[in-house]
Amino acid sequence: MARTTLAEFAIEVGDAGTHNVQPLLHEIRHALAQLLEQGKETVIDLRSIPLAPGEEAAIEQALGEGEVRATLSALGPSDFRETSYPGVWVVTHYNRDDQIVGKFVEVTSAPALLRSQTEDIAAGLQRLEARLTQDGGGRVV
Amino acid sequence: MKNDQTLGEILRQQGISRRGFLKFCVATASLLALPPGMVPAIAAALEKARRPSVIWLSFQECTGCTESLTRSDAASIEDLIFNTISLDYHHTLQAASGTGAEDARESAMKENWGKYVLVVDGSIPTGNPGYSTIAGISNVEMLMEAAAGAAAIVAVGSCASFGGIPHASPNPTGAVSVTDLISDKPIVNVPGCPPIPVVIAGVLTHFLTFGIPELDELHRPLAFYGKSIHDRCYRRPFYDKGLFAESFDDEGAKKGWCLYKLGCKGPTTYNACATTKWNQGTSFPIQSGHPCLGCSQPDFWDAGGFYHALSIPTEDTARTVLYGAATGVAAGLALGGLNRARKAHAARKHEKVTINDLEKGG
Repeated sequence: MARTTLAEFAIEVGDAGTHNVQPLLHEIRHALAQLLEQGKETVIDLRSIPLAPGEEAAIEQALGEGEVRATLSALGPSDFRETSYPGVWVVTHYNRDDQIVGKFVEVTSAPALLRSQTEDIAAGLQRLEARLTQDGGGRVV
Repeated sequence: MKNDQTLGEILRQQGISRRGFLKFCVATASLLALPPGMVPAIAAALEKARRPSVIWLSFQECTGCTESLTRSDAASIEDLIFNTISLDYHHTLQAASGTGAEDARESAMKENWGKYVLVVDGSIPTGNPGYSTIAGISNVEMLMEAAAGAAAIVAVGSCASFGGIPHASPNPTGAVSVTDLISDKPIVNVPGCPPIPVVIAGVLTHFLTFGIPELDELHRPLAFYGKSIHDRCYRRPFYDKGLFAESFDDEGAKKGWCLYKLGCKGPTTYNACATTKWNQGTSFPIQSGHPCLGCSQPDFWDAGGFYHALSIPTEDTARTVLYGAATGVAAGLALGGLNRARKAHAARKHEKVTINDLEKGG
């Protein structure tokens, strides 16, 4: 007797979806125009929008791949990916267990977290000075 | 670790970079459903936040709420527990037991009197005090004593928020919620059976950053319970078009149509499942093909059957309408088809099942 497979019970998303993909792309278009004309940056939290299964992937597919991809290692990895539309970045934050804790579309020339932070620069300077003092046996001036 | 250190100081001591801290703030903004523009304000608040003492009391409960929290992906539970809060007492998570555990609770209360956060999961029996005790102390007595010194109370889960399953008819233990017993303290209800883990974590983080969050009429934080499941459901377009699954294996079910007719309580249920989702944002019941049970609403267990459409009245219409009105739902929805025959049908669903019935079924 033929057995029913799990695939036969798969739930389809249907044609309707949420209809949120196109409006979101338009929102990104508006944000990109604002960035160009006024220098105003925008962050869109993809988790705050109702999306049907597959729609998040559809948004990413529509945005495509750009020239830059960067990884940050701080409290787990973060992935920064510029899309095929310069100024539009898809940013995904993971925790230390590689679970997604946030996914955003950032409309900016460069995501803020990629820049070195003033506090970290100051701490780094202190460490470098301490090392040179230790190595040279004298005070760094 | 001292409780008077700020979170910023603690993180720096642990070698967490400013970038790492800002990333934590970005994730927190998303978690609290705040606009990303709020990240600088969150960073400023978290930088100065001091670890509050948290005393977690578990009464008539199943430990599902703790199971949910320990699977939180918000900041990882280790970060939450050891960095953000000072969890001084929790039956399930603490190493101490017996007298040592009770001593820890009493000394944490004494040292932090008036400042600690009291978290409660489970309902409180008001019948025989012996129904549920901890170290020989009745749940009511322990709650009232701990509540007196609390800065705020967080009722985690539907049992602590609304009485939950122990409160379900016929409520043999006289189970009540925290708000039934206490009215002179700020109380935040975080209902759900269990609540979404990131929502538990989010409420505690909000308390740290901006204090008590904005609440609805049922003491639930609006950031997570401000919208109905129905309003945020990706299957909503099918509802609007009148496309419903009629059974769990028909074409409509396979095509992912609306589950309203299969008993979905999404229209009257306020929670963040449809957007925050479960298991690291993987899915939620409706996405998996099952109707919403309405577990974050009061008396969801007595709402007339999980698989009855909302248009079929329950045996306790007055209560349904009251809660519907309280949460801003059009009361007319459930009233449309009321008739005696259907009420009798709903009542029959609550007939007692005997061991003989079960044996016949086998």
